[in-house]
Amino acid sequence: MSTVDLDRFQFGMTTIYHFLFVPVTIGLAVLTAVLHTAWYRRRDDGYLRLTRFFGTLLVINIAVGVVTGLVQEFQFGMNWADYSRFVGDVFGAPLAIEGLAAFFLESTFLGLWLFGWGRLSPRVHLVTIWMVAFGALLSAAFIMAANSWMQHPVGYQLSDGRAELTSIGAVLTNPVFLWAYTHVVLASLVTGATVMLAVSAWHLLRRSDADLFGRAARISLAVLIPGALAAMIIGSELGVVVTKYQPMKIAASEAQWQTCQPCSFSLFQIGGGNRDETPTKIIQVPHLLSLLATNHWNGQVQGINELNAQYQQQYGPNDYVPNVFVQYWSMRSMAYTAGLLFLLALWGGWLLRRKRIFESRWFNRLAIWAVLLPFVMNTAGWMLTENGRQPWIVQGLMRTSDGTSPSVGTATVVTSIVTFGVLYVILGVVAWGLMVRYARRPLGPAEPVAEPDERRPQVATY
Amino acid sequence: MDFALVWFTLVTLLWTGFFVLEGFDFGVGMLHGLVGRTDAERGLAINSVGPLWDGNEVWLIVAGASMFAAFPGWYATMFSAFYPALILLLVALIVRGVAFEYRGHRDSPRWRRNWSILLTAGSLLAPLLIGVALGGLLRGIPIDSSQEFTGGLVDLLTPYGLYVGLTVTVLAALHGSTFLALKVDDPVRARAHVLSRVLAPVAAALVLGFVVWTQSLASGWFPGVVPILAAVGVIAAVVLVGPRREAWRFVATAVALGGTVATLFVQLYPRVMVSSTNSAFDLTVQNTSSSPYALKVMTVVAAVFLPLVLLYQGWSYYVFRRRLTLADVGGGL
Repeated sequence: MSTVDLDRFQFGMTTIYHFLFVPVTIGLAVLTAVLHTAWYRRRDDGYLRLTRFFGTLLVINIAVGVVTGLVQEFQFGMNWADYSRFVGDVFGAPLAIEGLAAFFLESTFLGLWLFGWGRLSPRVHLVTIWMVAFGALLSAAFIMAANSWMQHPVGYQLSDGRAELTSIGAVLTNPVFLWAYTHVVLASLVTGATVMLAVSAWHLLRRSDADLFGRAARISLAVLIPGALAAMIIGSELGVVVTKYQPMKIAASEAQWQTCQPCSFSLFQIGGGNRDETPTKIIQVPHLLSLLATNHWNGQVQGINELNAQYQQQYGPNDYVPNVFVQYWSMRSMAYTAGLLFLLALWGGWLLRRKRIFESRWFNRLAIWAVLLPFVMNTAGWMLTENGRQPWIVQGLMRTSDGTSPSVGTATVVTSIVTFGVLYVILGVVAWGLMVRYARRPLGPAEPVAEPDERRPQVATY
Repeated sequence: MDFALVWFTLVTLLWTGFFVLEGFDFGVGMLHGLVGRTDAERGLAINSVGPLWDGNEVWLIVAGASMFAAFPGWYATMFSAFYPALILLLVALIVRGVAFEYRGHRDSPRWRRNWSILLTAGSLLAPLLIGVALGGLLRGIPIDSSQEFTGGLVDLLTPYGLYVGLTVTVLAALHGSTFLALKVDDPVRARAHVLSRVLAPVAAALVLGFVVWTQSLASGWFPGVVPILAAVGVIAAVVLVGPRREAWRFVATAVALGGTVATLFVQLYPRVMVSSTNSAFDLTVQNTSSSPYALKVMTVVAAVFLPLVLLYQGWSYYVFRRRLTLADVGGGL
């Protein structure tokens, strides 16, 4: 493995890991805020108990999300120094704005919410959890703006061998950003709702606080059904935008070696990956790829070979084909898990309507295991996005192999991969253990939240 | 308007703010096992920074992101050069961050002891490593004409950098013990006082040594206002040992720690990283900064959001201003 491969492996590893926690944080923060609001409005102790219960899960999850986020920020400079020099002028701004506008908000208000029970007035306390949710959503926006610039650079000019910002407005209205951000927010809501549904299902199976967990299940389904559907629709629209700006990414994700018109969608095939241009197609849907990629029944989709030849003319001799196998199966893993989640949610919705969600053991058993699906979905989605951009680190402007740190050797990168690998595995086991432990605990008692009083003992949270 | 200077000042302020705020929760992390003999007492110490530490750490994140945005060349060279130190720093920060959150989640003594050990180690290591890196910026490391670090691990461990690391670590410990004396009740408060009394003279000696050593790296004999502030702050911390002087002593330790960190940046300007190979290869504000437009955009953003941040973070300190007693953590989570 060359240093650039190791650098990529490290970035992929730490980013995938970080993004296991991020969507749970965003989704659960919004859902916890919804529960808290329900309690504030109705003064029904049941919602208070649910708020505290899911708030604890949120906090366990945020802890890992925050600390692994530090690695994300540092490793641009550590492993990708030449990339940082090249893009800092444009790419750094959204990261800095993220910190100033969003991350401060999220962290400070998380402390206020967590320790604010009985110290803040109920109304102000309610505002603090919404600030946490808002901060998390805003934070994702700036990160997605930065990432989208790597997919489709806008609002810059090249000068002195680097990209310089010429329009922050263009960066923040990048069409890739607008669609991708909406897509990520929806996927995060789906993730949070699935976690809440799985935990509720576990308790419903055991009839512990069935009434309250039934309410939680209803709220999560109310988010999950429209959320999963919207995530798929927006994702498909994002695909059309990407076909325009990164046609190679789409061609590779369909293992479409030759240009086609109309194009059928390959649901499942054997082969067709790297350098295999004649896969054994098992199931195909006519016209579907044309429709998905171009929004037209008979739309043309350029093939990998044609695009590669075109890029070679434009950018010089090189191989411009990403790993097609990874691309093809990432796309399908993402879409199929999203579809499964949507079907499960529909089933849950139907059971709710028939008032049979408490009895249906099969639904609840499946809903528990479904908690794994959004993580597969999210990871596959990012593999699709980032692997599909290769060999570029910034589409059309800089190659990944030109972005690494000249002063950092292979041994150093290996050391850090091993260090973070070991640390992340241990952290994952501990966090998972705590999550499961707290998810299986019965709901806490309905302690009344007293009127705010300065002198009253602070609720110790740690 | 010289936006590069504005951003150098902001980066300085962010690093200084980071140490002034996170400094005390580093200190509390280091000392919680010493000031707390029982589990409840240790929990009390940790809870005193419970609602605050996470917001404090964001100062580091924003300091790093600001360097990336305003001085990409500085960010790239510094972070790739100090690679080994930064891996260790990240491990330390990850471990202590998780320790804060997870320590109280189980009732087993072994679980809590292990997290306490990790919290202590992470809190000790983090300021030490940042100090080594910041000291290295001023003392100089091998950098060639293309702004690339050319040295190895040994070049990063300059005696001056190590001394700076030691100084800020001891200052953070003093800042933390002072914070505990201010924020919690006896018997933890009394032990924090004892620790402050022991730590203050050590910190004072280190800071005075730091001011002299740093001056020897610069031209002229007058150290300037910021180093003098640091020295005055730390001497005030030695003098203000009385049990009712905690608030003032906290101000003094904040000034001492903030002044020490700011001194490094003031002495650097207009350089941002000194090359020990050749002073012609020094990284400067000019040769590492972003374009005027990018800096202008960021200045507008900072002008809007930084005051807001100070406002709501200040408010959160106000909300949690009350002194904590053992009764607060009595139940023990």
